[in-house]
Amino acid sequence: MSGAMSDEELSLPPPIIARAGSSAATAGQWRLMAWRFSRHKLAVVSLVVVVLLYLTGIFAEFLAPYSPETTRPQYTYAPPQGINLFAPTPDGGWTFNLHASGYDITVDTEAMRRTFTANPDKLIPLGLFVTGQPYKLFGLIDADIHLIGATDPKEVVYLLGSDRLGRDVLSRLIHGTRISMSIGLVGVVISLVLGVFFGGISGYYGGWLDSVIQRLIEVISAMPTIPLWMGLAAAIPLTWGPIDVYFTVTAIVSLLGWTSLAREVRGRFFSLRNEDFVTAARLDGAGEMRIIFRQMLPSMTSHILAMVTLAVPAMIIAETSLSFLGVGLKPPVVSWGVLLQDAQNLRAITSAPWLLFWPALFVMVAVLSFNFLGDGLRDAADPYDN
Amino acid sequence: MLLYILKRLAYMIPTLFGMSLVSFLIIQLPPGDFLTSLTSAIADSGQSLDQASIDRLTALYGLDQPFYVQYWNWISNIILRGDFGWSFDWGQPVSRLLWDRMGVTIFVSALSLVLIWALAIPIGIYSAVRRYSIGDYVFTFLGFVGLAVPTFILALGLMYISFTWFGLNVGGLFSPEYEQAPWSLAKFIDLLQHLWIPVVVIAISSTAALIRVMRANLSDELSKPYVVTARAKGLSEFTLIMRYPVRLALNPFVSTIGWVLPSLISGVTITAIVLNLPMAGPLLLRALVSQDMYLAGAFILIMSVLTLVGMLISDILLAVLDPRVRYQQ
Amino acid sequence: MTTEPDIVLSVRDLTVDFAQRQGSFRAVDSVSFDLRAGRTLGIVGESGSGKSVTARALMQLVDPPGRITGGSIRLGEIDIAQLPRRGEAIRAIRGADISMIFQEPMSSLSPVHTIGAQVMEVLELHLKLDRKAARARTIELLGQVEIPNPEQAIDRYAYEFSGGMRQRAMIAMALACNPRVLIADEPTTALDVTTQAEVLDLIGRIQRERGMAMILITHDMGVVAETVDDVAVMYRGQVVEAGPVDQIFHGATHPYTQRLLAATLKLEQPAERPLPVAGAGPILTVRNLGKTYQLGIGAFGGKAKGTLRAVDDVSLELRAGETLGIVGESGSGKTTLGRLILRTVEPTDGEVVYSPPGAPAVKVRGLDKAGLRNLYSEIRFIFQDPFASLNPRMTVRQIVGEPLLINRRGSAAEINTRVTELLELVGLDAGMMARYPHAFSGGQRQRIGIARALALDPKVLIADEPTSALDVSIRSQILDLLIELRARLGLSFIFISHDIGVIRYFCDRVAVMRRGRVVEVGDAQTICTSPSHPYTQALISAVPYPDPRRPRMQQRARYTETTV
Repeated sequence: MSGAMSDEELSLPPPIIARAGSSAATAGQWRLMAWRFSRHKLAVVSLVVVVLLYLTGIFAEFLAPYSPETTRPQYTYAPPQGINLFAPTPDGGWTFNLHASGYDITVDTEAMRRTFTANPDKLIPLGLFVTGQPYKLFGLIDADIHLIGATDPKEVVYLLGSDRLGRDVLSRLIHGTRISMSIGLVGVVISLVLGVFFGGISGYYGGWLDSVIQRLIEVISAMPTIPLWMGLAAAIPLTWGPIDVYFTVTAIVSLLGWTSLAREVRGRFFSLRNEDFVTAARLDGAGEMRIIFRQMLPSMTSHILAMVTLAVPAMIIAETSLSFLGVGLKPPVVSWGVLLQDAQNLRAITSAPWLLFWPALFVMVAVLSFNFLGDGLRDAADPYDN
Repeated sequence: MLLYILKRLAYMIPTLFGMSLVSFLIIQLPPGDFLTSLTSAIADSGQSLDQASIDRLTALYGLDQPFYVQYWNWISNIILRGDFGWSFDWGQPVSRLLWDRMGVTIFVSALSLVLIWALAIPIGIYSAVRRYSIGDYVFTFLGFVGLAVPTFILALGLMYISFTWFGLNVGGLFSPEYEQAPWSLAKFIDLLQHLWIPVVVIAISSTAALIRVMRANLSDELSKPYVVTARAKGLSEFTLIMRYPVRLALNPFVSTIGWVLPSLISGVTITAIVLNLPMAGPLLLRALVSQDMYLAGAFILIMSVLTLVGMLISDILLAVLDPRVRYQQ
Repeated sequence: MTTEPDIVLSVRDLTVDFAQRQGSFRAVDSVSFDLRAGRTLGIVGESGSGKSVTARALMQLVDPPGRITGGSIRLGEIDIAQLPRRGEAIRAIRGADISMIFQEPMSSLSPVHTIGAQVMEVLELHLKLDRKAARARTIELLGQVEIPNPEQAIDRYAYEFSGGMRQRAMIAMALACNPRVLIADEPTTALDVTTQAEVLDLIGRIQRERGMAMILITHDMGVVAETVDDVAVMYRGQVVEAGPVDQIFHGATHPYTQRLLAATLKLEQPAERPLPVAGAGPILTVRNLGKTYQLGIGAFGGKAKGTLRAVDDVSLELRAGETLGIVGESGSGKTTLGRLILRTVEPTDGEVVYSPPGAPAVKVRGLDKAGLRNLYSEIRFIFQDPFASLNPRMTVRQIVGEPLLINRRGSAAEINTRVTELLELVGLDAGMMARYPHAFSGGQRQRIGIARALALDPKVLIADEPTSALDVSIRSQILDLLIELRARLGLSFIFISHDIGVIRYFCDRVAVMRRGRVVEVGDAQTICTSPSHPYTQALISAVPYPDPRRPRMQQRARYTETTV
């Protein structure tokens, strides 16, 4: 028998899936996945963006220059002031000077409107880690340090402009990130639970139970989502508090996600049930639970992870759309969709385009990142097919 | 074939039933019924409704009946008499409000579907055949962006651009001067001028999705052995790709109508609201906000049935295209 | 270069490279040969030897990133190697001067075009026939390849045909323009052995009639011996030896050829192995076992369109210490039978009785979960596909240790020791146990599967085609391993295979299955040399014999169904 190996060596070498070298031989599925994923550059960048967005949500109070609720009637629709790193010196050169550009405010008493005209000579010095409005970090720790702000506490800067009530768009965006991104996450967890539960019993037991669940999924996924969501969301009583509304909207939004997840899980269960290695485990004497948890679920988790990631953007879009229409989240809650409500008509977006531009950009970046990330995960999900 | 169609129709019945149930659930969902809204609305206006008329209306609408009786009354009226109930907000039967709006909605949806196919099929073929070329990367990237922009943001963006750059106000379907005018060629041209924005807005995200589907389908088919067989016959590359893999990649593509339609209808709804078009969307939103639930339920039901009809069409089309589907019947 | 008049195609120093992330992979390395009119060249080699790439290169059909990087392919005055891959010049040659038959007739034909349309297309393209003439000629061609009722068959789709008929349609397509060179790339690998014999007959007859030059690519030395005139043996992209068929089989000089032949010839006679104990009682008895499938049940139950009797009234007896082979062609129910015995597929009727020596007999169909678990530790299973049967997400240690862990055979350390023992028993280095299956070749994976089967000290092994996914040289190694284990551990075997050679090599007795029924049971040697049932006679005689001096296929018996 010792001669057997040498004979076999004459044949072609075994296929090495990932990087060559002995480490590939002992690499488990997550390591192989990570190798494959890291080849997908766009997905890696997207992962970074997604993580940054969630960090933004977590540290919103610190990152935002102001509270999202602070209104300043004297600054309605103030245009974005931007951030500049260098300022001209009197002798014609440039020097490092973190500042925002200032403007002069004139009040047109007849039209009752303020007009802002840029004033290049007026510089508002900015600083990092400046003291500003007090807040409670994580709702627990008292703090008043903000990442960025005017060094002079009496100055007010609107880096990305202000809205109808003179609230800072940047601060509102940062706080909106928390709500919108978390709705995606919570919604996906709900649909994951529903999807794995229904898909699992459907795929594992089959038979009439499977037929009933399949018909249910068919009905739900054949109904146009936006009208359906609108119908459900409109039923939320106006008297409910923001937390109740938040969770109800999340639940409604996750109605879409679970059907496709359930389909995926069911399909995987069906195909795995007949895999030889599952039969082999059965013949090893493994019980149903052991087969599910040791053989089937580990073969599915990577695919489910990819599916879940791809489901998040749909939830974000759903929340944004519903809130925009006025049947989802409502002020004083701040989400990207709520912000976009201010950009509902042509007059608003022509006179203050930043009200449309910034929230729209955030939505797009978030959705794009999740899509690329999910795509990369899906490609890496099965590192065993060559 | 006829048997197949009948079978598909029979298969639709439980789904239809489920959809009607969901629609009715939405009607029932808001706390209280529309009578409570009605009485409070009347009370708001300073008048009051006496108990006798409340009782009369309750009996009339069967509001004191259990859920399934109310559902039965609702659905049998729709099926037998085409009566979708009463819109108390408009003071009219729902069916009178419904069809006008739905007509335009269906027209715009169909137009968008044509545009989606006209774009997605050739671009998908190009991307699959010239995989990893610059053109493929550009289309793939555009596709991702198209998927990432929510419909209403796209609508707002186009509205903004066409106003600030071209000075056009693109809301509505007609310019004011044609709004009430009788149909004429000029009015039709005016309609088309207004129509392209909603059609494009609605089509973009589905087009992006379908390009990806077509590209993936065709890429799969291109690696199949029968393609090599065809090449070994001496066919030119263009002929063989069109005759074999494209032909096969179209089959699963056809069945995507099923899931394009729900998102298409969603897109139409929200676009119509943003651009204020005389379609189902704005009316549905208004009905929901004012809890005019029979009107809202009717819209949701009709839209759902529409997607179901679309699925039926795609199934039949698939059977026509693919002999294997016919063979299995 | 002067060419002999009967040389149709002359290949010199053909080299094909596949561009890779780093550098390139040379799939075909300086291959040279000549094709003569009326003669057949067999190119043999194991998987990955470059034989199929060579064939495709002859028609410029190598897909990117592969590319012909050197050498010439002369067809008359034309050097095909110099022609652009997609140009008109090569297209005029494809299908007209050189045509090709592929391995998988189902996937090589379009499923949505009729057979006729696909044949007519070639005629319209190269011979510029109009539709009517092309149709008439296609009917004629279908008749020539012995497809019954060609007038109707022309409008049929590929899935309405059996495997053999599909391959005939492929042949008709390849012959449509009367090519000078016919390339057959493993044309019968996907077919059953009796069908293979018929298709090879047909190809040979047509080739002789038309005086075509032909290349037959195969991994099967038997097919080579029975059908070709000259042989080129390929190994890792190179032709290591070439010559007339008789010289290759009786005077091979290259060690690879010798080894390939030895491995093949080894499977032509029974292995040297201990004989089963005479008079041993049955350890496993199968009585009137049957399985009926309901066809075409809709989502709501509905009426079944029909029933399929996959296994029909099978009675067998496995004696303690013996090896019982079950042989049959595809669709004979042999694989289902193996699964019915262990109830991974639930039988519809009949009984299986397990009677271990020194313990009470067990009725398998009456067992509850705990009973089945006990049974599974005594009767173990070896799978056909060494890739699908090992969970890619578990290490070798986990895979082999899993049955020990489930059946609570000792502590973690004890299990570890046992896994080491088992791996060494099957000829694997125990140091490899932290590795995942993807780091092993097919043969090594099959050894892992065997180690898992042995983990619980079983009495009986059921092996379902354990060697059919392996190359011939590795096949005999695995069989030898099983023979050694059987002697050492006193195992009884049920050995399921479609391959008569493997059965004869390995088994004491054999049961021949056809359409769910056992047609004949008997001593393996007797059945393989002088079978009594006409179906078995046809089956045995259709197996190609790897010696050109003793062709067997030509005088084969044919079996036609008389009564059902």
